[in-house]
Amino acid sequence: MTFNKRTLAGAIAVATTALAGGTAQAQMSDDAVRIGYLADMSGTYRDLAGPGGLEALNMAVEDFGGEVNGVPIEVFSADDRNSADVGANTVREWIDQRNVDLVAGMVASSVSIAVTKVLEENDGLAIISGSAASSITNEHCTPNHIHWVYDTYPLAHGTAKAVVEQGGDTWFMLTADYAFGHALEGDVTKVVEENGGEVVGGVRHPFPTSDFSSYILQAQGSGADIVGLANAGSDTVNAIKTASQFGLTQTGQQLAGLLIFLNDVHAMGLEATQGLLLTTGWYWDMDEQSREWAERYFERVGRMPTMVQAGVYSSTMHYLNAVEAAGTDEPEVVRAQMGEMPVEDFFSRNGRIREDGRMVHDMYLAQVKSPEESTGEWDLYEIKSTIPAEEAYRPLSESQCDLVNQ
Amino acid sequence: MTATTQTLSPSMKRRRRARQRRGALYLALLAIGLVAPFVAYPVFLMKILCFALFACAFNLLLGYAGLLSFGHAAFLATGGYVTGYLLSSHPALTPETGILAGTLASLGLGLVFGALAIRRQGIYFAMVTLALAQMVFFFYIQAPFTGGEDGLHGVPRGQLFGLIDLSSNLAMYYFVFAVFVLGFALIQRTVHSPFGQVLKAIRENEPRAVSLGYNVDAYKLVAFVISAGLAGLAGSTKTVVFQLASLTDAHWHMSGEVILMTLLGGVGTLFGPLVGAGLVVSLQTQLAQSPLGNWVSVILGAIFVICVLSFRSGIVGEIQKIVRKNFK
Amino acid sequence: MTMIFGVPLAVFMGQLMLGLINGAFYALLSLGLAVIFGLLKIINFAHGAQYMLGAFAALLGLQYLGINYWLALLLVPLVVGGLGMVIERTILRRIAHLDHLYGLLLTYGLALIFEGTLINFFGVSGASYPVPEALQGGLNLGFMFLPTYRGWVLVAALAVCLGTWFVIERTRLGAYLRAGTENPALMQAFGVNVPQLVTLTYGFGVALAAFAGVLAAPLYPVSPTMGSSLLIVVFAVVVIGGMGSILGAILTGLAMGLVEGLTKVYYPEAANTVIFLVMILVLMLRPAGLFGKEA
Repeated sequence: MTFNKRTLAGAIAVATTALAGGTAQAQMSDDAVRIGYLADMSGTYRDLAGPGGLEALNMAVEDFGGEVNGVPIEVFSADDRNSADVGANTVREWIDQRNVDLVAGMVASSVSIAVTKVLEENDGLAIISGSAASSITNEHCTPNHIHWVYDTYPLAHGTAKAVVEQGGDTWFMLTADYAFGHALEGDVTKVVEENGGEVVGGVRHPFPTSDFSSYILQAQGSGADIVGLANAGSDTVNAIKTASQFGLTQTGQQLAGLLIFLNDVHAMGLEATQGLLLTTGWYWDMDEQSREWAERYFERVGRMPTMVQAGVYSSTMHYLNAVEAAGTDEPEVVRAQMGEMPVEDFFSRNGRIREDGRMVHDMYLAQVKSPEESTGEWDLYEIKSTIPAEEAYRPLSESQCDLVNQ
Repeated sequence: MTATTQTLSPSMKRRRRARQRRGALYLALLAIGLVAPFVAYPVFLMKILCFALFACAFNLLLGYAGLLSFGHAAFLATGGYVTGYLLSSHPALTPETGILAGTLASLGLGLVFGALAIRRQGIYFAMVTLALAQMVFFFYIQAPFTGGEDGLHGVPRGQLFGLIDLSSNLAMYYFVFAVFVLGFALIQRTVHSPFGQVLKAIRENEPRAVSLGYNVDAYKLVAFVISAGLAGLAGSTKTVVFQLASLTDAHWHMSGEVILMTLLGGVGTLFGPLVGAGLVVSLQTQLAQSPLGNWVSVILGAIFVICVLSFRSGIVGEIQKIVRKNFK
Repeated sequence: MTMIFGVPLAVFMGQLMLGLINGAFYALLSLGLAVIFGLLKIINFAHGAQYMLGAFAALLGLQYLGINYWLALLLVPLVVGGLGMVIERTILRRIAHLDHLYGLLLTYGLALIFEGTLINFFGVSGASYPVPEALQGGLNLGFMFLPTYRGWVLVAALAVCLGTWFVIERTRLGAYLRAGTENPALMQAFGVNVPQLVTLTYGFGVALAAFAGVLAAPLYPVSPTMGSSLLIVVFAVVVIGGMGSILGAILTGLAMGLVEGLTKVYYPEAANTVIFLVMILVLMLRPAGLFGKEA
């Protein structure tokens, strides 16, 4: 079995370097900084993070120079297949067998939560870029992970508030029937009601669903101004497509997508998505700095980066900077160092990492362009306004995270 | 499907020698199992053992009673969820109590499934089990205690019998190994008992078994319940090892995966499921971290096709054939 | 407004209409499965993948070869059906003499291969296929706004289903097929080329799946995983209707579309599960399905 041989060889290698280099690099845990990229490489979320995110990670390591504090930076990756089981096991193995220093990527919330539990027990460190659930830094917070790009709180709040302010004050909710959908629905309902609107009806559909015609018909029958989509991924895509076929927007109703990504809009096309309001953590064409990075990414991958892929780059850079500044890869020290340094780069504006692990930064309200307005395949959003970092995310005063109340 | 080695030689002497050989094999495997965690990564071994137990349980049904269940994921998941829920909500419970409860829950569910499914045969049997498993899947998505899509996390490993701390991988491994050996021994005893002989008779020719006066339905039901209980035991143990339970275990793809493991190793052979589970789990783990990672499902599909086309008796089955041909 | 169990009449009627459209899809797919099962006694687990291949062939044909929707509707079933025949000739034939469960396992493996391969090349986000120009827009039925394309799907699927039923029940070829289902050895003795008949039948069943795939392409995102979730629902339909029963597959398909449609109104959470409940109930009461013959 090659497995045994490799393990044995690995053990010997680790042992010898520990003996030989122990004194020379007292601050680094071993002879390398190892970053493991864990994401859905083949399933539903492949285009959101997937291989593109790994490429972004590699870009960050290359741009950093390939080594930090005199030791090389090593990158490896695995497919979590959206399974908490597979994700947790992979990370456990990375800790036990490969001395992983940072776990990056991660999309499905179930995977992220499972992984962070493993890391908490083993004093590791993770930066989650792909997950949506705001519970990751709320009831599931740990001192061992940071949530980088976005979560459902700013998405629901930013979009719902903007829509109600524009006069859309009666809502019909189309909710994916699982914890995540319920949470999103709850968030939106609260915002709508706080701003003087009303949720007049809703339907909870099984997850996943391919045929939305029945639910769209119910939404049409409800007479609400706005149909809110508290679902994600292919469900959202299917719902929007179906709504466009049934002429939902022509009868005076409007869709509000709460969790829509660049790759979704790209896949559906502007015909079906135009006019959609959404909140995003980053958009490749939002300014010169972003464009410059995105063009470099595009050259390597052939697609424009999603906010998650950009976030992987940004967070990896921040991590490496912190390792350099702290002079060690000791997770606890690096985590503290990361929290002390502001996050200011092409991706994040006014960013900082809070004690609950949430990286708060400016978010943006965007509207999907119409086919006439768009000048190219990836010219998809128009940024309408900026939601300041400190307003965008759940305030710490509402936090259920144990780290906050200590 | 293959017969066991006993039927091979009529003379007592040969039979005794076969038994000795088997005894030696068991001892050798036991020794390997005891040494293994010092050579290979224990968590990986535990994963193999859990799935091997699951596959062995499935094989009891398919290999020895001739019943193809397409819903075994339901039992794996039930064991996992019940154990996980009990252990995380009642910290005072010891892991073995949690596992026992999970196993019993699966046993009960197996009784319900079995009672409904054994009234149908062949493909209809497979379809009824699939349908029932789909309903169980629906239940686990809806039920609040499972955490739905997020799953159940942070299940404590706890102290075995309140004495042994299982948080060390090595201690955990020996516990899992003991569970596996126990489950395997139970299956081995079942298969070689008069009860197992009747099962095989039913598999080979059901009408004849009926005409011999056997209550075929009762035999099938008991086999189904044992299989479900052991699958639940595998699920419960897995949850304690990995400290989580998730919907992956309840999905019908899991039911497909266990068929693959059994088929690859050898349907109706005692060691086949162990070999099959070991191979499939290693393949998945190794491939997921290699450049071929994206091709996992294609490779599994190809194995399925190759298995069905050219070696239907599976790896262990084929080896047995060779051994039988050359060392009679 | 007239209400039916708390739902306005118009919405209720609309839901029935949509249920019927989905039912037509189920009918088309389960018809293919039933035809294959009838003669080959194989549960074609690759049916969902073949449906997906149909949709993909239409999409790629449009993008790279400029084949329009109408031509695709004709060509794609032929191409994918041809692929099916090749699979039957080269692979399925080898296991024809074995327990039928092996057929199920083999086609399951094939489905994994098709899906996995396409995922590697096209990802899973799915691409959209435009609704053909002639079928854009919608009809106002009084109680609902029905996109013209969905109306067309209903008509086309029903026409193909009824056409198939007619061919099998009323023509000489159909008579061969039915006889082959009953007693292949006797057919062989009468000089009918049964192996050829088997190949053609499998190809035809696969072509039906591909046809459904082309019909579905403008409705749903074309993605490699589009078939796998539909597959087990369609299985359930075939089992409820009675395996191998042509009429059973068609009628049950439509009926299950309606049942599912109503569930979506009254208990939407269970929409994906209700068919399995029906299946268990039916199998308990009528072991061979609604239209099947008791063995």
